[in-house]
Amino acid sequence: MATTPAASPQDHPADAFLSGATRPAEGTSIDAAAGPDTGTRADGAAGPAARTGSFRHAAGPYFGSYGGRWMPESLIAALDELEETFEKAKVDPDFLAQIADLNKNYSGRPSLLTEAKRFALHAGGARIFLKREDLNHTGSHKINNVLGQALLAKRMGKTRVIAETGAGQHGVASATAAALLGLECVVYMGAEDCRRQALNVARMQLLGATVIPVTNGSQTLKDAINEALRDWVANVDSTHYLLGTAAGAHPFPAMVRFFHEVIGEEARAQILEQTGRLPDAVCACIGGGSNAIGIFHGFLDDPSVRLYGFEAGGDGVETGRHAATITLGRPGVLHGARSYLMQDEDGQTVESHSISAGLDYPGVGPEHAYLADIGRVSYEPITDAEAMDAFQLLCRTEGIIPAIESAHALAGAIKVGQRLTADQADPAETIIVINLSGRGDKDVETAAAWFDLIDAETAAEASAEAVIRAADTAADQVSAAASGTPSHAAEANRRNGK
Amino acid sequence: MTVDPNVSGSTAETPGTESSSPETPGAPSKSAAAIDRARAQGRAALICYIPAGYPDVQTTIDAGIALARNGADLIEIGIPYSDPVMDGSVIQAATTEAIANGFRVSSIFDIVAGITAATDAAVLVMTYWNPVLRLGVDEFSRRLAAAGGAGLITPDLIPEEASQWLEASQKYGLDRVFLVAPSSTPERLARTVEASRGFVYAVSIMGVTGTRTAVSSTAEQLVADTRAAGAARVCVGLGVSNADQVREIAGYADGVIVGTALVAALRDGGVPALADLTTDLSSGLLPAGTEAH
Ligand SMILES: Cc1ncc(COP(=O)(O)O)c(C=O)c1O
Repeated sequence: MATTPAASPQDHPADAFLSGATRPAEGTSIDAAAGPDTGTRADGAAGPAARTGSFRHAAGPYFGSYGGRWMPESLIAALDELEETFEKAKVDPDFLAQIADLNKNYSGRPSLLTEAKRFALHAGGARIFLKREDLNHTGSHKINNVLGQALLAKRMGKTRVIAETGAGQHGVASATAAALLGLECVVYMGAEDCRRQALNVARMQLLGATVIPVTNGSQTLKDAINEALRDWVANVDSTHYLLGTAAGAHPFPAMVRFFHEVIGEEARAQILEQTGRLPDAVCACIGGGSNAIGIFHGFLDDPSVRLYGFEAGGDGVETGRHAATITLGRPGVLHGARSYLMQDEDGQTVESHSISAGLDYPGVGPEHAYLADIGRVSYEPITDAEAMDAFQLLCRTEGIIPAIESAHALAGAIKVGQRLTADQADPAETIIVINLSGRGDKDVETAAAWFDLIDAETAAEASAEAVIRAADTAADQVSAAASGTPSHAAEANRRNGK
Repeated sequence: MTVDPNVSGSTAETPGTESSSPETPGAPSKSAAAIDRARAQGRAALICYIPAGYPDVQTTIDAGIALARNGADLIEIGIPYSDPVMDGSVIQAATTEAIANGFRVSSIFDIVAGITAATDAAVLVMTYWNPVLRLGVDEFSRRLAAAGGAGLITPDLIPEEASQWLEASQKYGLDRVFLVAPSSTPERLARTVEASRGFVYAVSIMGVTGTRTAVSSTAEQLVADTRAAGAARVCVGLGVSNADQVREIAGYADGVIVGTALVAALRDGGVPALADLTTDLSSGLLPAGTEAH
């Protein structure tokens, strides 16, 4: 690994986050200081790409002062083994052919690029194109990464994969890849998320995975990651930790991005083919940042293409109940990487809030932190309400039910479209690509409750059953841990008669 | 394996850095001195962990003093953290409660000062790295040294990421206790030993904190390998919970670290129960003249 970079170059000005109540003053936030809409990079020509060469294929471990390996020593050997295996695989024609074959014949790639003409009328009349990751097998972009990592797990001779999941999409994708490749699969999922995504819990179980609800902390994605890391430390010989986003310790951020780069490559070729030119903007939602970095990567070196990442604004960033990590966080270390982080004055991680389980994470991948600091990508918050409006709009104008995560990108694109077309004679000259990272089947219950289509109590009852079953597994897990059994999950499996 | 503690140049009179690192200017290592005092009595050192602020700051000070008076040579005070990935359920429950009770990181300095004012034990702080980063590595180190603290045990910091800490610990004469694990390669052992000051923390098993019924045999090999990599003092922790296990480890290590069992005692019987268990654990330390020394 390279030597440690100097200490934080500039701490985020948004100390205001700490109170959870105030936005940074105009002109002090990263977006205001470096965002394309405020002039510093308006024409793109003087953008950072021009100064520093290519942004593509950044290898880690560091992205500027972010990234690295803030991890227990027990796991460093496994990270080294993974890095070595990945570095060999990514230049191995056999491995690349395997990935290409699975992408084409299993996931259904290339995913479509669909023009959303009726939706576009609400975005200032800009032309809007949807990169249809929702059409992938298992319903989201997550499959790209899990197939790659599951193949690496096999190369390392590991027989078991563990994963964390928020929305359940990564858990479903992991369970799918494990079934396909004959690996044992254990998924850690916050108990709160098990409730929000009861259908996906069942889906993982159907695919043969063991789902362990995590009842520590905020019972969401970050706590699921903690529990998966604890499992990994105890079972690292047999187990690969199939991390689901472009975050965590090196080599995860660069490796997860590598497996998602296909999104940006396809999107760039498709937009050139369909419109004859590059888009003006590319929009994606940001949880840990994997779908976003995947599509951004295709355009990082095209200075004329503005890149926008939309974080979960929850109830509104001014309320303190949000997951707008880059907008209001400050640098720190969590889950193995230095990056922006929602934390209090003591460095304790602050609980995030979002209607979308997949964005409900107080951290963000280190490459995004870097791209934010240098101004190559603008990051903005989208509230629950804005996302749900965009969700409904896409359903009704295009006949596509998006994942609520992806609805944040849709809502952001509406704003970007309106801004970019504001003083244009022909708004249709503006082209925006949105990464539609997933489909909304898993979110039907949440959306139905939001729009009062079913009464919330019925919805709660429907998921109570799943939570009870999940709690049974949790009890098993706790007793397994207490008895010192190395594999919590093996114990849980045994008790479940698997 | 018998290792002469003085071959590396560190002596009981001038305890210092691990063998292969340059002598640290400023104060001698408090942890090394405490281990060497035990060694002079012909036994391994007992190192006891409790979390700060569990259930409150005053109890932690009282508990720390009780540990020292009942046989602990070194005391580890853990900073409760929101995302303790190396901790099992007992310590997690305690630190979660401490945070819920309003624990603030700055109170760690009052706790350390309270214990060092009343006892001779070396007092280390065990902390995940983000709370230190948040306060500022230099500022944290300055205040820890001022409180009489010995140094930091850092479960999620590896030497490669520790440049700020190497600098600050040097400046304030603090011990750097990095961890080595059964999975550490010889190269990593060498690097970690070189970066360490005071002692090296050998993780007995691949896993998180919690009591285990048996001490894994990998621990003894790891201690031997860590010594071979140049460490003058190697202490073993994770899963140690009774006097028999203490006795077994004291046969080959320079110190034995106990955490979860003490936290459970504090939880169930308060400071008196903690004191009783500490007395019992210390009975497992080797008497003078047995095979390890
Ligand atoms: C459909 C969908 N989009 C986006 C995300 C957010 O993750 P990331 O930022 O890694 O793309 C998730 C995570 O669960 C998801 O399921």
